[in-house]
Amino acid sequence: MLDVDIKGRVGQLDLEARFASGGGVTSLFGQSGAGKTTLTNMIAGLIKPISGHIAVNGTTLFDAQKGINLSVQARRIGHVFQDARLFPHLSVASNLTYARWAGRRPGTRDMAEVVDLLGLGNLLERKPGTLSGGEKQRVAIGRALLSDPRLLIMDEPLANLDQARRNDILPYLDRLCVEAGIPILYVSHSIEEVARLSNTLVILSDGRTPAFGPVADMLARTDLGRATGRHEASALLEGTVTRCDPDWGLTDVDIGGAILQIPDMAAEPGDAVRLRIRARDVALAVVPPEGLSIRNAFGATIRSISSENGPYAEILCSVRGQVLRARITRASVADLDLHTGKDVTVLIKSVAIDRRQRAPALADADTGGNSAG
Amino acid sequence: MDFFNLEPAEWQALLLTLKVASAALAVALPLAVLMAFVLARYRFTGHGAVNALVHLPLVLPPVVTGYVLLLTFGRKGPVGSFLDSVFGVTFAFNWTGAALAAGVMAFPLMVRPIRLSFEAVDPKLEEAAKSLGAHRLTAFLTVTLPLALPGILGGAILGFAKAMGEFGATITFVSNIPGETRTLSLALYTATQTPGGDLAAFRLTLIAAFVAFAALIASEALARRLRARMGGGHA
Repeated sequence: MLDVDIKGRVGQLDLEARFASGGGVTSLFGQSGAGKTTLTNMIAGLIKPISGHIAVNGTTLFDAQKGINLSVQARRIGHVFQDARLFPHLSVASNLTYARWAGRRPGTRDMAEVVDLLGLGNLLERKPGTLSGGEKQRVAIGRALLSDPRLLIMDEPLANLDQARRNDILPYLDRLCVEAGIPILYVSHSIEEVARLSNTLVILSDGRTPAFGPVADMLARTDLGRATGRHEASALLEGTVTRCDPDWGLTDVDIGGAILQIPDMAAEPGDAVRLRIRARDVALAVVPPEGLSIRNAFGATIRSISSENGPYAEILCSVRGQVLRARITRASVADLDLHTGKDVTVLIKSVAIDRRQRAPALADADTGGNSAG
Repeated sequence: MDFFNLEPAEWQALLLTLKVASAALAVALPLAVLMAFVLARYRFTGHGAVNALVHLPLVLPPVVTGYVLLLTFGRKGPVGSFLDSVFGVTFAFNWTGAALAAGVMAFPLMVRPIRLSFEAVDPKLEEAAKSLGAHRLTAFLTVTLPLALPGILGGAILGFAKAMGEFGATITFVSNIPGETRTLSLALYTATQTPGGDLAAFRLTLIAAFVAFAALIASEALARRLRARMGGGHA
């Protein structure tokens, strides 16, 4: 659905990007200065690449060899900019409908639906100058959605917001990613957002795309530590909520036969959820321990151990068909005689699981044949 | 005769002044907006030269500007004779010439604030408009122009005031003909040159002051309404 293979140069940055993804949410992940905005501007048509091609849903937007270079207007890409870029002299309602009255794109999407999806009902008469940062971004997303786009680009929509505002807007993004019905390219340097929202992950590092693929696979790769950020290394577990226990404030999540207990999330039994478990929050035991306060302990098999020169080792374990990542010291690996294929018990502290991490599982969106794990 | 009733000659001068200034504004303002946008948004070879040329009437003695106009737009001037023979339009010694002189003199005063207001509009907003399907002209008309409107209004007021008060270039180019080119300023000058014309000069001064005052009040009210429409928050 999204096919990009381009070379370009802007200022000091040499960009050479190549990735393909099938629908759903594709995250473009990389540190500041990696070239994320440059790459999205090339896809949007704001910067011309030197060579290569860009296609969305089979429509070629740019092809250097064939001499195709559609204008920004003709590309029909909804672009949500980092700085929202709402038109300050127009009301929220006029901003939302701008593509219809100024862009001559009648659009098929129901305005009331978008207003409802993003919670904009109370804002319609207001001017952008009176909105909070989070509200501005929601309006910008709605405006882009209503422009009848074939692709929605969101360039770090949360980057300029504080954590509280981010938490306000993330639930809207959760719904959007499932209900938008169009491919989304989500740009971020936050592994938390990427893990929560995306189906496909494209890693961008120094203007290059060293790897791309289903998000769970990518997070499980230990060779991408530099790009994904060592401290935030994590894995995704997907499951279904089976029980919410209001007395203890715990939610049970079935991850394929085993029950993971986490502090209560805003979820109902039956909801599909995705949990991001940080590698540093996972411990291993060679014998099932007793008398622990840690509530989550599962049998697992070690798939790989990668240790480097530092004090740490990264261990990938299979748990009920899913991959969990653990970071322990190299000394522990030696002491416990850990090796590939060994059966161990993984221990996850319930409180370490971020309870705000409610997100639709991969199966909810059309992943275009990509499956996790 | 009542002091507050205008004499026919005064009416004539006042109406002529308004006609000349309005015509000058109507033609020069769109050109000033275009020129200001080009100077604000595009960098090209000769940018500095164009900018200097636009500002030339501001620094040249008005008499020089008037004389240059006379040389080019007079009946024997290259542009003047061409316009006369092809379109039958003449500028020499009639009110359209006065309007031309006023417009040329007001032009730099209009370009300056308008250019500043265009420069204050984030070009990224136009990118956003294009990403929503708007073509370049539509993006300009729906986003950039409305956002620059306060500056355009400021430029228009400055230009109108300059056009109303223009003297040197006008008298040099189209002379001082009652009913044709004798605007308030020229009438006032004529009165001061006439023995016993003090009262007439004083009355003309009052008329000029009244018109200027009314224009300022009106523009201030307009500016306030514009700000209210733009700002939202601080309205």
